[in-house]
Amino acid sequence: MTGSPRRVLLEWLHRRPGIGTGVLAAPAGLWLVAFFLVPLLVMAAYSWMPRGIYGGVEAGITAEHYRRFFEPLYLRILGRTLLWAVGATAICLALGYPVAYAIARSGRWRRWLLFLVILPFWTSFLVRTFALIFLLRDTGLLNGWLLRLGLAAEPVPLLYTPFAVMVGLVHGYLPLMVLPIYASLEKLDPALLEAAEVLGARPWARFRRVVLPLSRPGVIAGCLLVFVPSLGAYLTPDLLGGAKQVMVGNLVQSQFATARNWPFGAAVSFVLMALVLVAVLVFLRARDRAGAEG
Amino acid sequence: MSPSAPPAGTPVARPTTRPPVVEFVTVSKSFGDTRAVDRVSFALHSGEFFSILGPSGCGKTTTLRLLAGFEAPDDDGGEVRIEGEVVNHRRPYQRRLGMVFQSYALFPHMSVAANVAFGLEQRATPADEIAERVARALEMVRLEPGPFARRMPASLSGGERQRVALARALVLEPPILLLDEPLGAIDLKLRKAMQLELRTLNRELGITFLYVTHDQEEALTMSDRIAVMDHARIAQIGTPAEIYENPRTAFVAQFIGDCNLFDGVVEGPAGAGWAVTASSGLVAGGRFTVPSGAGLAPGGAVRIAVRPEWMDLFPPDAVPARENRVDGTVREVFYRGETVHVVVAAGGGGDRPVVVALRNEGQLVRPLPWRPGDPVAACWQPEDCQVLEAE
Repeated sequence: MTGSPRRVLLEWLHRRPGIGTGVLAAPAGLWLVAFFLVPLLVMAAYSWMPRGIYGGVEAGITAEHYRRFFEPLYLRILGRTLLWAVGATAICLALGYPVAYAIARSGRWRRWLLFLVILPFWTSFLVRTFALIFLLRDTGLLNGWLLRLGLAAEPVPLLYTPFAVMVGLVHGYLPLMVLPIYASLEKLDPALLEAAEVLGARPWARFRRVVLPLSRPGVIAGCLLVFVPSLGAYLTPDLLGGAKQVMVGNLVQSQFATARNWPFGAAVSFVLMALVLVAVLVFLRARDRAGAEG
Repeated sequence: MSPSAPPAGTPVARPTTRPPVVEFVTVSKSFGDTRAVDRVSFALHSGEFFSILGPSGCGKTTTLRLLAGFEAPDDDGGEVRIEGEVVNHRRPYQRRLGMVFQSYALFPHMSVAANVAFGLEQRATPADEIAERVARALEMVRLEPGPFARRMPASLSGGERQRVALARALVLEPPILLLDEPLGAIDLKLRKAMQLELRTLNRELGITFLYVTHDQEEALTMSDRIAVMDHARIAQIGTPAEIYENPRTAFVAQFIGDCNLFDGVVEGPAGAGWAVTASSGLVAGGRFTVPSGAGLAPGGAVRIAVRPEWMDLFPPDAVPARENRVDGTVREVFYRGETVHVVVAAGGGGDRPVVVALRNEGQLVRPLPWRPGDPVAACWQPEDCQVLEAE
């Protein structure tokens, strides 16, 4: 006898540290299995099953839904989605990098400026998107100014255009670009810039040869954080793009809700997931390459 | 040994036909209300190894940064000159200096070779010339140009980074090399080796070195001349021997090496020197003789420094004539290798112990006769007193 059962149990656990880790991770793990993995598997199964007459599915196996996605109509939606996601990422990078750079160099104002960048997250994305409608619609703020200043004779259509969708995407995801770039610039040792300067590097050369390469991990992370949600955007094109500017996210929604074609909606979802996976792998490889180069 | 160093605040004037390589003329630098550098003047001669020595916060790094161009001096008429030209507001990349940073500041995303090549690329050097000069610079600091040159800074040891940083600066063949405590982060043995190597590079390349350090031993070992800084000002400029053997102020005397300080009041001439009554410190009420020197007059206060190794110990009844003496008892004996330090608690109201350094002639074969508690007299010759100026 080595002691009470409690003591025996504790000693047994102590000799197997893996079990302690398991106990800590179990609640969240079970949650994810029950409410993420299981529904996903159901979706996967649906995407390979024939469509039922009143929604739902019938028994059997078919690749029909995946084949259907490659029809020109849907490929156009996919192409538009990719283009806009790339565009939103590029615009966020062009706007976000200077902001991150300015904040990293702003000294004691840093905290406040970062606070301002994060501030929009305190309001619901939906509310902010509706606010954009007030700004962009024909009787909205922008058109009001254009008319009053005599820059336009009649309201310029802004809402329900690709422009409106892009405004929505960039406004929603810009902070996700700024923050990781700021984090990498903030770590930059000022002595490196001084060393470059003594070695004869003018401001632009210092930026190109030292600042930019060393902030590359932040740029890659920022692009990933903007590109992936842009690819799956649903709310923004729905509210700001109207019926004409459909993205893959809207296609999924319409298949599940209005068309009641669940297996096709599931297949589109999986194509989108595959695209996201590819994007993540590309970005991760770019990051590793940046790491290997130093 | 009369004080030969010029007082702080006046440019060093030496008869040369060419202008000094670097000249500071009453240069100040303020950050807000604090003066980091206060009317500093000095000049560097071509090829010399010049150190700025001082405790942290004394302004030595700011002085270096003023020369590098990272800071602009206050607009109060002070001038920073490089080879005769005023460069107060010239950017660092226009100054063509070499600099080795305390943290080395190697570019972490570039290989050793790319780091060394960086400065050459900024000066639009042809590619084949770059390769050749990079290889030569690496050899200069005794690094092999081959596979080593392809390694990244993160995989290098502290000593290797140090050498790469040096090669990166030297490859541009600058007229002046600035070194900001470059040996602070490497271990003692390597540091000694690097000291010797830096000195050799300085002699062989003919480049003027401006070396900033807080390590007095390092400054004494390597420098042709030293500027000791304290509270944003230069306290003294001179050769290592001048600084050590003829310190101008108590700060310099205490910052460089150990020293015993005595305060007193001049009474009058005594033989070749002056008789002084001790007023405070070790030998209150006692008397001693100091060498004749400038600024001494009967009734004036005087402060003197005596290096521990210039003192000797005698039994109280066997002190030779003419020697200054402080009587007391041995408090502690410290074995230090080359020397043995004997700490003497001065009797007769002395408030600070006297430290006497005796040459170690082998404690196992010829042990010193002093033990704690022994009555003893610490003695020194009048000419070994350094008469200090008020700070």
